Amino acid sequence: MPLLKDGRIVEDHWQFIGDDDDIPVQGDIVVSFERLKNSIEILVMRKGYLGVRLDNDADAHDLAPYINNLALIALEFPAFTDGRAYSQARLITTQLNFTGELRATGNVLADQGVFMSRCGFDAFEIDEHQPPHLWLSLANAMSLAYQKGYRARAGFSPRAVVASRVG
Amino acid sequence: MYRYDEFDATFVRQRVAQFREQVARRLEGGLSEDEFKPLRLMNGLYLQLHAYMLRVAIPYGTLSSRQMHKLADISVKYDKGYGHFTTRQNIQFNWPELKDVPDLLDELADVEMHAIQTSGNCIRNVTADHFAGVAVGEVEDPRPVAELIRQWSSLHPEFTFLPRKFKIAVIGTREDRAVMKSHDIGLRIVRNDGGDTGYEVHVGGGLGRTPMVSRLIRAFLPRPDLLNYLEAIIRVYNLIGRRDNKYKARIKILLHETGKQEVTRLVEKEFDQLKKQNDAVSPAEYERIAAYFQDPAYEDTDFNLDAFDEKRKQHPQFNLWLNSSLSEHRQRGYSIVTVSLKPIGGIPGDASAEQMHGVATCAEKFSLSEIRVSHEQNLVLPFVKKQDLFELWQGLKKLDLATPNVGLASDIIACPGMDYCALATARSIPIAQDISNRFADLERQHDVGELKIKISGCINACGHHHVANIGILGLEKKGVEFYQITMGGEAGENTAIGTVIGRGFSGTEVIDAVETLVDTYVELRQENETFASTYSRLGVTPFKEALYATA
Ligand code: SF4
Repeated sequence: MPLLKDGRIVEDHWQFIGDDDDIPVQGDIVVSFERLKNSIEILVMRKGYLGVRLDNDADAHDLAPYINNLALIALEFPAFTDGRAYSQARLITTQLNFTGELRATGNVLADQGVFMSRCGFDAFEIDEHQPPHLWLSLANAMSLAYQKGYRARAGFSPRAVVASRVG
Repeated sequence: MYRYDEFDATFVRQRVAQFREQVARRLEGGLSEDEFKPLRLMNGLYLQLHAYMLRVAIPYGTLSSRQMHKLADISVKYDKGYGHFTTRQNIQFNWPELKDVPDLLDELADVEMHAIQTSGNCIRNVTADHFAGVAVGEVEDPRPVAELIRQWSSLHPEFTFLPRKFKIAVIGTREDRAVMKSHDIGLRIVRNDGGDTGYEVHVGGGLGRTPMVSRLIRAFLPRPDLLNYLEAIIRVYNLIGRRDNKYKARIKILLHETGKQEVTRLVEKEFDQLKKQNDAVSPAEYERIAAYFQDPAYEDTDFNLDAFDEKRKQHPQFNLWLNSSLSEHRQRGYSIVTVSLKPIGGIPGDASAEQMHGVATCAEKFSLSEIRVSHEQNLVLPFVKKQDLFELWQGLKKLDLATPNVGLASDIIACPGMDYCALATARSIPIAQDISNRFADLERQHDVGELKIKISGCINACGHHHVANIGILGLEKKGVEFYQITMGGEAGENTAIGTVIGRGFSGTEVIDAVETLVDTYVELRQENETFASTYSRLGVTPFKEALYATA
């Protein structure tokens, strides 16, 4: 899966470590929330950044005790029609005040890029068939939005949502 | 009424341009139907039994004459010269070609209309009392707040892929003409002891497979808190509403299974957070919107009661029409006129281009160029001077829009059913037509009095059959249609869900069955009793006996 960030494809230096895999000594790793809870002491001692993958039926508030240890949170869209991760993203960025990488994974579609970005996502595991230029042109299609509080995160697109006014 | 400013206008235009690009990608094969589907649904475009169907929003049911003329033109240019008004203050066009839809949407944008979020699992067109702004006893016009919600919910980034569709209705009076309690969120504008305006918040109503009346979760929500509170409710629903079964995905099921107390607790908790983090509704923005809905400059009218009564005597048809079509206006000398879209034997809610143009012209002449659309699939002229009623009646008669049956047996709500809808299990339009023909005698209808017959072509209940005096649900068994009858439902302030009274009937039997129920009522009623009150006095038994008694 190509990784879209700051409007271009970047190299994904993160490695997902399954619950039964050994934790490598070095490198930036992503673990499940289970593993995060169970092995937090070990995880924070090692070199390299730490990320977590949160299922979309989990309560995002449960991340609160760990939030300062995390540099990446990956949320999942099992199907593009399943919108739970939008609300999770919103909680994570506005209530847990997370400022690290918030990554959209799963069935991530270009036509929803602006919604995701405005809910707090800034990295997207995208489909090869939907190249970055499509993401950017779709993001630029709408320069206005009504919801004031939902600002696109920096770097997604220069023009997306320049004005808003209610709520 | 509300007028778009540059912001609104640009927003809608950009949306059309975006959809134009998506349609082009679809036509060139760059998008599969699966990929295109969610995009077209976000723009109100369905793929039905025979063709595409476009559902256009009529926010809170208010239309200008100019907009109505445009809808008429669109029906000629892109459809077969008809439009169909639905139970949710929308109009549907049944035959547009995919390639034409972007142009159609641009024409709508010319008159400040759109089809955004008229389908899909998002916040749908916000509806309101069709007598808003003219109803007697109204605390406040519900439309400014409905417009605020329209704007706030348009392409909401967080709430566009909810577990299921989400419907909001707003009213400003005790009486409920908008079936507010059958909505996911129903708001009633109220004033507290301190004289502040706020909202009762009702959550978890809905019809469909599991009909439920909503529950009051907040008795008084101050105005500035409205959007934060809505955000809290919908966020809780988005996160924990069921997604495993589409028939259990509405917020009513969450309330039912998780409990009103727990849901309320979660909502209030989230709301406390949001209040710290978000701005309240800005009074300036609310006032900016509300300014569009101020009372018009009412005129002193020179109404001559004697002459009017003379006309009534001379024209019994006019008299009959007055008896069923007028509602009390809050301004002296004015009336609210309901225009029946239910000609005897016609298709409920259908209007031809000629009729749409005609009503628009009548509104220009007699109703300050304003028209309303009711959930009962009729039109309303909200500002008619009493002295103009006769002339208006003559005008409507020429258009075949003066059937004196509003609120009566042939004022039937019916969904499109098998004639158009891909989900239907049975026909509903022909049943409505047959019942209407059976009661073609209008004197008889007036004698029978107020009666709500509502028909749905499948369990989804778009025809509101659960909240009817006589509800009819079309089902199918082994390829054969049959019709179940419910009784005891009510749509107003005391919303109640009807119950099925017994085995179903064939499409022909059901017409006789309805007539039997009506005759039974006529036989049993006491003085001044409506169908509903006879039913609540006697219960279902005499009706059941009349229907199922073996000869
Ligand atoms: S009730 Fe069923 S048949 Fe009727 S419009 Fe709704 S989905 Fe279609």
